[in-house]
Amino acid sequence: MSTVARKKSLIWDYLTTVDHKKIAILYLIAGGFFFLVGGLEALFIRIQLAKPNNDFLVGGLYNQVLTMHGTTMIFLAAMPLVFAMMNAVVPIQIGARDVAFPFLNALGFWLFFFGGVFLNCSWFLGGAPDAGWTSYASLSLESPGHGIDFYVLGLQISGFGTLIGGINFLVTIINMRAPGMTYMRMPMFTWATFVTSALILFAFPPLTVGLIFMMMDRLFGGNFYHPAAGGNTIIWEHLFWIFGHPEVYILVLPAFGIFSEIFATFSRKRLFGYSSMVFATVLIGFLGFMVWAHHMFTVGMGPIANAIFAVATMAIAVPTGIKIFNWLFTMWGGNIRFTTPMMYAVAFIPSFVMGGVTGVMNAAAAADYQYHDSYFVVAHFHYVIVGGVVFALLAGAHYWWPKMFGKMLNETLGKITFWLFFIGFHLTFFIQHFLGLMGMPRRVFTYLPGQGFETGNMISTVGAFFMAAATIVLLINVIVTSVKGQKAEADAWGDGRTLEWAVASPPPEYNFAQTPLVRGLDAYWIEKMEGKKGLTPAEPLGDIHMPNSSILPFVISLGLFIAAFGFMYRTEASWGLAVGIIGLLITLGSMFLRSVIDDHGFHIHKEEVLEAEKGVKA
Amino acid sequence: MHVEEKLTAETFPASPEKATLEGKNKFLGFWLFLGGETVLFASLFATYLALRDKTAGGPPAHELFRMPLVFVATMLLLTSSLTSVYAIYHMKNFDFKKMQLWFGITVLLGAGFLGLEIFEFNEYVHEGHVFTKSAFASSFYTLVGTHGGHVAFGLLWILTLMIRNAKRGLNLYNAPKFYVASLYWHFIDVVWVFIFTVVYLMGMVG
Repeated sequence: MSTVARKKSLIWDYLTTVDHKKIAILYLIAGGFFFLVGGLEALFIRIQLAKPNNDFLVGGLYNQVLTMHGTTMIFLAAMPLVFAMMNAVVPIQIGARDVAFPFLNALGFWLFFFGGVFLNCSWFLGGAPDAGWTSYASLSLESPGHGIDFYVLGLQISGFGTLIGGINFLVTIINMRAPGMTYMRMPMFTWATFVTSALILFAFPPLTVGLIFMMMDRLFGGNFYHPAAGGNTIIWEHLFWIFGHPEVYILVLPAFGIFSEIFATFSRKRLFGYSSMVFATVLIGFLGFMVWAHHMFTVGMGPIANAIFAVATMAIAVPTGIKIFNWLFTMWGGNIRFTTPMMYAVAFIPSFVMGGVTGVMNAAAAADYQYHDSYFVVAHFHYVIVGGVVFALLAGAHYWWPKMFGKMLNETLGKITFWLFFIGFHLTFFIQHFLGLMGMPRRVFTYLPGQGFETGNMISTVGAFFMAAATIVLLINVIVTSVKGQKAEADAWGDGRTLEWAVASPPPEYNFAQTPLVRGLDAYWIEKMEGKKGLTPAEPLGDIHMPNSSILPFVISLGLFIAAFGFMYRTEASWGLAVGIIGLLITLGSMFLRSVIDDHGFHIHKEEVLEAEKGVKA
Repeated sequence: MHVEEKLTAETFPASPEKATLEGKNKFLGFWLFLGGETVLFASLFATYLALRDKTAGGPPAHELFRMPLVFVATMLLLTSSLTSVYAIYHMKNFDFKKMQLWFGITVLLGAGFLGLEIFEFNEYVHEGHVFTKSAFASSFYTLVGTHGGHVAFGLLWILTLMIRNAKRGLNLYNAPKFYVASLYWHFIDVVWVFIFTVVYLMGMVG
């Protein structure tokens, strides 16, 4: 049966796939595409700000580009790229054949994808959202046109996808670990995914509620945020940040996980302080929910609330500091190899520490009144998100590329990418701290000459072009190596410690011919140190049960995409309501089909597995 | 055990919802989903509490609410939670017919609740308590209506399962499905206990 499955066309295969490794590739391509879009928007912002009184992007258009840069980078680039890494690696790291819910995994991807496409359709249909990525109600309710509606509906659709992905990884990690893979033997990236998924589960519903309220207010005459009818715009701020602050940790914890893998691998040493790393990850996840109001110090919550949130925020520096020292001690006395991923990891430490230090500065509520809404804040969160998350995603992409695609990326080009990006990043954002302290406000499309902002902004713009050049080199690297790259071994870097390096690159669709027995932390490393070639199996070779592929996840998501257009144009077009209802019927109908049609999956027979494994060894 | 295997009362496992890996995953995944739903309703409750006095000249809660009607609806829904317990009890004993019967009663009670809620909303609308009237009205209809939407979805879900499996009886493929549907139904019931307290009882005492 599996041979029949392979005869499908490539496009149909990817539209219907439920294989976590293919879904990882889909996330990587879609997230990578939106990363380029968000990056172009960043370049436009920097071009506009390169000199005073510039007229490249003026007023409303600048607001749209700025809003879409933030929204795209967070929701449509960073999140899916994190999911790409999680899908590519986590099931294999725990010795599983797939995730707990392969169908939902595909559904999560397609919901994110259609939500993202919907959001970006706004560019061609009357203008993009323009109230900032935080879309505060006092601004967004007054925004004319449909920009904000695209934001509200697009993020709801993609938010469902993320929530589904979070539940999926929680269940996968709790229920599907191989024999012997106890919680305290899980690789750090798996731990990070576990905690991140819990954060997603509890952080996304408040965003959904906030978006529902905004949808009601804008499209159905609701009064949640309209002060005239008793509403309150601060409710949006709370709901948004109850989601928005954990979101920061949803992004950065997987980044920490990626770097933990890379430090241990290329220092050829066990991760220092593994149990304290686990503890710190869980603690950061917990504290991440306690600090949302530090985004709202200037709202006027009063000194007591501000003080509590300030202290809670500063407390997060403690577990983060534990992690930083553990990474340094992992390298200490290690046999370090400076590969491309390792260079990102080493560069990450000082860059992220700077973001952390300015974070503690911002956490001091009294001082925050000065920093608030200035470029100091812009510099701070770019140090955290780019210096932390984007570095990690670039590092992880280089590190796991051979595992995902079976080809090594070129190391020389990789290092050129690294240096261009590293220099460009600091050039762009370091100076912004000082621009902010000198009084330059964020989100304003221009500034006057003679205020001392000219040099700083020009430096910042030049830096942005360095990062653009780095991205182009990365793309060249991808194209060149996929045409004539060196084929990757199973243990592509030669120093792999975790289970993903024990299976072929790319892995067979069933991952493990026999479920492995895990005998300790760094399961594969243990086997190698004992002179064994492969893993110790935990079961005899037998038929392998696999899930069926399905087009329904695509159709369910497409239905919501259509429905969103219908409900948005409901008041001004006669077809609006009908299209909205048709879209919902498509979604509900597909869910109904999924419920009533039995799906038992299929088996890959023992003989086929033996055949496939022989092909790999030869 | 294979999911489609024909089982008897003797061979049917004690916890059929967790007897297969798929069942275990579904069981855990659904509990986690309910965790997320809890946060969703918590956000709706918090907003309602912040806005419940903002009537913008419309009728306030204590003049509006029809407590006898709400009380009857509450009793219907609480009873339906009990009858779904009976249904799962019979599922675990491999008594498919009795399970179907009790799920049928659950659906009828749930439909009764939903009917009363629609009637209640209709009454309120006639008194000028429309969705667009005030922040109180918007948050009231969104909180209670989201719950009502869950009831409607739960009814359709349980009905679909009953009809789909009417002819083939219980096996380890559909037992987890019935089980998580009943979990969902209990969750709806628990949320209603909070709505009855926070919205209706607190509404009557101002």
